[in-house]
Amino acid sequence: MIKVVDLYKSFGDLEVLKGINNEINKGEVVCVIGPSGSGKSTFLRCLNMLEEPTGGEVYIDGIPLTEHKKDINKLRQKVGMVFQQFNLFPHMTVMDNITLAPIKLKGLSREEAREKAVTLLRKVGLADKDYEYPNKLSGGQKQRVAIARALAMDPEIMLFDEPTSALDPEMVGEVLNVMKQLAEDGMTMVVVTHEMGFAREVSNRILFMDDGIIEEENSPEELFSNPKSERTRSFLSKVL
Amino acid sequence: MDVFLRIIAKLSDEIYFNLIRENRYMHFVKGLGVSLQLTFFAALIGGVIGLFVALARLTNNKVLNAVASKYVDIIRGTPVVVQLLIIYFAVFASTELPRTTVASIAFGINSGAYVAELIRAGIQAVDKGQMEAARSLGLSYAQSMYHIIIPQAIKNILPGMGNEVISLWKETAIAGFIGLEDLMRGAEIVRGRTFSNYTPYLVIALIYFYITVMMTAMLGKMERRMRKSD
Repeated sequence: MIKVVDLYKSFGDLEVLKGINNEINKGEVVCVIGPSGSGKSTFLRCLNMLEEPTGGEVYIDGIPLTEHKKDINKLRQKVGMVFQQFNLFPHMTVMDNITLAPIKLKGLSREEAREKAVTLLRKVGLADKDYEYPNKLSGGQKQRVAIARALAMDPEIMLFDEPTSALDPEMVGEVLNVMKQLAEDGMTMVVVTHEMGFAREVSNRILFMDDGIIEEENSPEELFSNPKSERTRSFLSKVL
Repeated sequence: MDVFLRIIAKLSDEIYFNLIRENRYMHFVKGLGVSLQLTFFAALIGGVIGLFVALARLTNNKVLNAVASKYVDIIRGTPVVVQLLIIYFAVFASTELPRTTVASIAFGINSGAYVAELIRAGIQAVDKGQMEAARSLGLSYAQSMYHIIIPQAIKNILPGMGNEVISLWKETAIAGFIGLEDLMRGAEIVRGRTFSNYTPYLVIALIYFYITVMMTAMLGKMERRMRKSD
């Protein structure tokens, strides 16, 4: 579904991604772990062209993204994204946050979009919050709304950029539960995370990134209990 | 007591000669109309120019960028009265446009440069994540600007915009340079008739002041309404 070939990304003189190759298949849940500054987020942001690669190519359903910049808005509809800082639209109610894109881009009527939003809000456990403004919500609630907003576009794949890193500890669980549910429903997911428990429990595959490359990848069981690379081992010993 | 009476007598004389006799108050009333009209249309024109110039400065298009920033530099680098005279006597010299229109355009072009900077700063102050979230949903740059960024930027821009309209209101006092009978000019005309030293100026000072107070109150109301979702 997503294929990454020889991906490079530099910011000025700083080379952040140094040749990434990977393929993410339909229905897979892939967690990306690694130390800060290893390029995890940049890698994720290249998958929907929020960062433009300096080299290599990202294919979504076989379509090379850098060659189809004109269609990028259309292609992005297939790829939902959830951010560390939630990035809800503060001037709109929860309902409008969720319905804006489906109305403008999918041509849904207001009623259809609302119906769908209500279903999604129920799914993330916030059925009663539809007419609140984001600033009235807790961090965990904001992030669940952000997930519902992304899902409203019926994406084929969901990208999560450290979705629980900005949350108070007691709110991490509610967000992870929603994500777990999503994974069980068969959504294809790429999750950059520091939640090792979640990675271990939910993912099919883990990518360990260090210094701009994928240092090691494996099933969670193998990677956590039997890391092959020295750097993986040293990282895991610090976080587990 | 004597002094007091003399002041009253002098004051009523001044009022009579500067406002009542020969319906001279009409110069002020008409002048107020002209000044308000200029401010209104100049603010409108300035707002539209400002928005487009701000957007031009924010794009990656080098030509648009250069044109927009030159415009801002030139307007901010020259006195508004000089701009008004050049626009009236050079740019629109051969047209039949009414003076109020020309002056509105001139003040609008001037105000646009300041408004552009306000809007640009207001847009840049909106968190970067907002644009990213909008784009990640598949909205185009223009849709994201229209639905997400600009509504939030307005909240940042509004206080500065209020200041801009208030300065514009007072800047229009130079409209007399191209023969418009605005408030300022109205005072000059009355003064020419009555030879009062300063009474007509006091009258227009009061008018300028109270209109400004009213504008400030209106802006305060708008700002409070905008804060609804905070």
